[in-house]
Amino acid sequence: MLTAHDLSKRFGVKRVFERVELEVARGELVLVTGPNGSGKTTLLRVLAGLAAPTGGELVRPRRGEIGFLGHEPHLYRELTPLENLALFGRLYRVPEHRERSGMLLERFGLWHVRHERVSTFSRGMQQRLALCRVLLHDPGLLLLDEPFNALDADGAALLDRTLAELADRALVLATHDPRRVESLATRRLALA
Amino acid sequence: MTYAADVAALARKDLLLELRAKETLPAMLLFVVAALTVFHFALPRGTGHVAALGLLWIALVFTALLGLTRAFVPEREQGLIDALVLTPADRSAIWLAKTLAVLAFLAVAEVVALPAFAAFFSAVDGRTVAAVALADVGICAVGTLTGAMAVTGRARELLLPLLFLPLAIPVVVGGVGASAGAGGRYLGFLVLYDAIFGLLAWASFEYVVAET
Repeated sequence: MLTAHDLSKRFGVKRVFERVELEVARGELVLVTGPNGSGKTTLLRVLAGLAAPTGGELVRPRRGEIGFLGHEPHLYRELTPLENLALFGRLYRVPEHRERSGMLLERFGLWHVRHERVSTFSRGMQQRLALCRVLLHDPGLLLLDEPFNALDADGAALLDRTLAELADRALVLATHDPRRVESLATRRLALA
Repeated sequence: MTYAADVAALARKDLLLELRAKETLPAMLLFVVAALTVFHFALPRGTGHVAALGLLWIALVFTALLGLTRAFVPEREQGLIDALVLTPADRSAIWLAKTLAVLAFLAVAEVVALPAFAAFFSAVDGRTVAAVALADVGICAVGTLTGAMAVTGRARELLLPLLFLPLAIPVVVGGVGASAGAGGRYLGFLVLYDAIFGLLAWASFEYVVAET
């Protein structure tokens, strides 16, 4: 699904990461770990195609096959959850996206606030909605950057269950606290 | 059909955001009316019609700049450009939708500005309205492209005027020329400008938001 060979990224003279080797097939969860500033976020952005690598080779699926969760929830704050998901459902050509949006909102405990603007949400609720957005188009490759951020215990448990159910996808998950998902990880990539 | 539907969905989103936030349009309306009011009192009596038209075009260009400065605020503040470019939708649809939205806001501002100009200075004829309509298309086309360039860079508030205003000069020249009755060739010039720069902006937006 995703292959990276000798991947490197630098911004000017600053080296973010070098000589990264990565291969992720369906059914695998690669845990990317490292301290703050080690390049986890930049690596995921490169893998998603949001930043170009400075060197190396990268083969990834086409755009519609990738689900990317970054540090920002990527939600329009003045739109409601249904409106946000309707927009991305349209852009990702999700068939019957209204039904799928409803299912995801219910799953992540946001159905009761589906008509309220995202600007009224807590950070944890925004993170849950961001997960709905990422899963809406049922991507084969998921790139998740600190997905447990801001989630309460219920939200984290929901995400645990969801990750287990996504065992047939290719997942790359970056976190500075790997204990949560270590049991699900098939491989580990440590950035210095 | 899919491309048109994408553009419609994105444009509808921008209009809905403005309807709720009410940040861009009130600012544009306030600015253009304030500018024309100041010009009215600043210009001495007996100032020629052409000079007054020049000031109208200055007011319109800077009103457009105000709208363009705010056009990509949601995408910038929430990092939504990343989310939009990851979708399979053609990236030029993002440009076209944003252009249409800014065009709508500018048109609303001009619905107020032109009667205000007529009240303060002199009547607005059909040639001026046609010139304004054609200029709007060119302004919004290049303005949206330069707005996207500025949003991905640093010193955005400085970068947008630096990129946009030189490109807007031909529009001002054409607009003043057409309004001042210098003939249909200025209107033709505006049509040509819109076609060339519209096409260039549409084709190059992909590279503005491409990975760096």
